[in-house]
Amino acid sequence: MATVEILYFARLREALGVEREQLMLPAGVGTAGQLRAYLASRGGTWQTEFDPKRPVRIAVNQDLAHAGDPLADGDEVALFPPVTGG
Amino acid sequence: MPVRVQPEDFDISSEIHALRSGRSDVGAIASFIGVMRDFNDGSGVTELTLEHYPGMTEKSLQGIVDEARSRWPLQDALVVHRIGRMLPADQIVLVVTLSAHREAALAACAFIMDYLKTRAPFWKKERTPAGERWVDARASDDDAAGRWQPGEAA
Repeated sequence: MATVEILYFARLREALGVEREQLMLPAGVGTAGQLRAYLASRGGTWQTEFDPKRPVRIAVNQDLAHAGDPLADGDEVALFPPVTGG
Repeated sequence: MPVRVQPEDFDISSEIHALRSGRSDVGAIASFIGVMRDFNDGSGVTELTLEHYPGMTEKSLQGIVDEARSRWPLQDALVVHRIGRMLPADQIVLVVTLSAHREAALAACAFIMDYLKTRAPFWKKERTPAGERWVDARASDDDAAGRWQPGEAA
């Protein structure tokens, strides 16, 4: 059983009302993209924010990740809008 | 430290002085300062709050500096990015690059800013007369970063 720590930043954190959570990955959720789809399946605001058309970036262990990147037990997964620094 | 994230303001003169101190092999120093405007997307902006992802921010900035150093012959490079609350005319970000020649210093400075804009986990929230809003990412920033992809680098 893999458990990951999920962090939400900026507009996503405010919209969802959650800063972080621990999640035991359900069956069939083994990649960053599958996690995003699972979060969307929670419905309501989650579905809106993680709609495939919305630009959401995913970082795994503080490196930008692709949808196909695998998740492992203890990973830190961050979800956030496109960055706007500088 | 080539990379710093801090709420405090910075002074370009003392940063460059510290960076080049003791070196006589530097022939070119390029720098960039990003400053807060009092307007954005058609409305006035009175205040800016910069949020970041502690840990990943430093890691990604260091990665961008390392990438610049692998592409150009740099003697040194510095990135200072502020976080927290800022007002119009405040300095937000500083990039300094040192090289033997200007081409490398100027190109590396532009490269670092372009990559920072699209990869470093910072988010701006601005206060306007209509209330607070998160700043949207710009496609032009992706285009600017894209010009440094392999095969297109200067």
